Amino acid sequence: MKVSLFITCLSDIFYGDVGKDTVELLEKLGCDIDFPEAQTCCGQPAYNSGYVSDARKSMKHMIEVFEHADYVVTPSGSCATMFTEYPNVFKGDPKWEDRAIALADKTYELTQFIVHVLQTEDVGAAYHAKATYHTSCHMSRLLNEREAPLKLLEQVEGLELVSLPNAHDCCGFGGTFSVKMPEISEQMVAEKAKHVDEANADILIGADCGCLMNIGGRISRENKPVKVMHIASILNRQG
Amino acid sequence: MSMKIGAEKFDERVQEGLSDTFMRGAVSSAQTRFRNGRLNAAEELGGWEEWRNLGEEIRTHTLENIDYYLDLLSEKVAERGGHVYFAQTAEEANNYITNVVKKKEAKKIAKSKSMVSEEIGLNDALKDIGAEVVETDLGEWILQNDDVDPPSHIVTPALHKNREQIREVFHDKLGYSKTDKPEELALFAREKLREEFLDADIGITGCNFAVADTGTVTLVTNEGNARMVTSLPDTQITVMGMERVAPTWNDMEVLVSLLTRAAVGQKLTSYITSLTGVKEEDDVDGPEEFHLVIVDNGRSKILGTEFQSALHCIRCAACINVCPVYRHIGGHAYGSIYPGPIGAVLTPLLGGYEDHKELPYASSLCGACTEACPVKIPLHELLIRHREKIVEEKGEAPVFENISMKAFGMGTASPTMYNIGTKLAPKVMKPMVKDEVISKGVGPLKSWTTARDFPAPGKQRFRDWYKKRQREES
Ligand code: SF4
Repeated sequence: MKVSLFITCLSDIFYGDVGKDTVELLEKLGCDIDFPEAQTCCGQPAYNSGYVSDARKSMKHMIEVFEHADYVVTPSGSCATMFTEYPNVFKGDPKWEDRAIALADKTYELTQFIVHVLQTEDVGAAYHAKATYHTSCHMSRLLNEREAPLKLLEQVEGLELVSLPNAHDCCGFGGTFSVKMPEISEQMVAEKAKHVDEANADILIGADCGCLMNIGGRISRENKPVKVMHIASILNRQG
Repeated sequence: MSMKIGAEKFDERVQEGLSDTFMRGAVSSAQTRFRNGRLNAAEELGGWEEWRNLGEEIRTHTLENIDYYLDLLSEKVAERGGHVYFAQTAEEANNYITNVVKKKEAKKIAKSKSMVSEEIGLNDALKDIGAEVVETDLGEWILQNDDVDPPSHIVTPALHKNREQIREVFHDKLGYSKTDKPEELALFAREKLREEFLDADIGITGCNFAVADTGTVTLVTNEGNARMVTSLPDTQITVMGMERVAPTWNDMEVLVSLLTRAAVGQKLTSYITSLTGVKEEDDVDGPEEFHLVIVDNGRSKILGTEFQSALHCIRCAACINVCPVYRHIGGHAYGSIYPGPIGAVLTPLLGGYEDHKELPYASSLCGACTEACPVKIPLHELLIRHREKIVEEKGEAPVFENISMKAFGMGTASPTMYNIGTKLAPKVMKPMVKDEVISKGVGPLKSWTTARDFPAPGKQRFRDWYKKRQREES
């Protein structure tokens, strides 16, 4: 099965390992990876800040870049959500609406793709640790995917999952929100870090680099020992 | 009071909220209680999503045919002996109401909770003509006695106060001498308020829903005060926002079911009062004179725009009760009697961007509000629409942001530019990196690193790794 990877800018620049793990994991599961080099960003930072016409430029570009793909897979619930929003952004646009719908229809967040398309829950991973999982907002509420990551994690050998208090709460990232309203964002991430602390886990797992960068940054600032990891890196760990 | 509260700037109000640990404690525990209550009530009812769809359908249909239903409503109210007045503005509404008060030579007015009356500043208008107004909702009464402290929540207006603070208000202003036990506080309020009801010449109420095809006004309360306000005084004035209409009794029932569950997690509130017209011969109680004041005050300008769904709101506060931003800054920080997500959407629509332009940005767009809303208003999307308007129509975005977003548009629409930009990033950031993280950022990174570390860019971009790997493979 040919899978076109949308790596996301955060992972491309800051979290290359997440990209590597995603590639290796998908290959292990029998996929052929295609990485369209012309890809850039899904447009979310501009779109969510109200710069809709600037965002449209990158969106059109991304529609073209992935037009040939059978499946578009990305290790980010938030960026996947943005792709699925494209049809709304181009509603009524004769040239772009259908193409936006086509892209949205074939886009999957990584764990979603593994569970729903590849129909796999046990990827043969092993990781010995006590872990808690951060439910990212866009993935759970807008993409409506809550189960897939947990199903996959439950099958990881040696991984003990403990619940995160107030897991439904946003970590306070919100893209440009974190720098536009820094005081409020700080309180939110501090609260999240406190809950992570209460979970008493060795690692915090998430499916979105944005949230992990935010929570991880706070945990590092507080000098806490909790390790922050993307789910792709757990699932790619062999027993 | 009007819709806008406080004179400070947004940042100052936020700081004030953030440093009020009492308020934050009170808000946080109330949010947990309300949220759990709502989820349990929804589960108990079953098929919550279908209920929400139904609620959305009713509200969409109503607002699409608002002229028709308002006509029908006023016809039915008139048939049952009531007077109907359409007020375009706050001033018109206040003038009409003060005229009724003057004509009746009323001295004392008992009032049940009504957000729209706060919005139009009715109490001040009444005070100006020398009438005494007594708020009879417990929360509102507390605030009124605390030198007219503004409400911080649309359902529980005194949410920002804990019981010690309430005791203090009662003690300082009303001579209360007992403890801060909720039962004792409530009993004291009850006794005081009862005297007021008996004395009142006019009752003023808000309106949760007005049923168009019967001309019925429905009030949802837990304290029964609205019932007293509508049954003891001879004259009743009901003030409603023009969007508060429900086509039929059945529709109203669906909306009430959603409202009580979404607001406080109750199947029904303790009192649901439905009132049709004036007292008739066989009626034991009810007003002899009834006025329905339907307030526009900027609402009809929202009709037909991308914001129309904001008028679907049934004021349950579920969005406020789940909002993490509200939890930390509290209601007053919004500078409007409508706080939280719905406030951030509605306030700029009714009060203009000029005074409220920060509100659409006071959200991480986490979508908790949209998920909680019983009539499915896409609140977080409406916040983005506001931002779009501020940026693209008003051109009021900060210059730096404007430049970076233009650069973003160019950089992400062109792979070459993206390539250059992302290659450059590590070099630009390198001087800030220490022990593999950035703890003291400059420029846009500064506000990020006040609260947390920023990752150092990877030594190699993913795409470079991937290219190399492919080369090696072939
Ligand atoms: S927007 Fe929705 S959730 Fe918020 S108060 Fe209105 S009806 Fe309730």
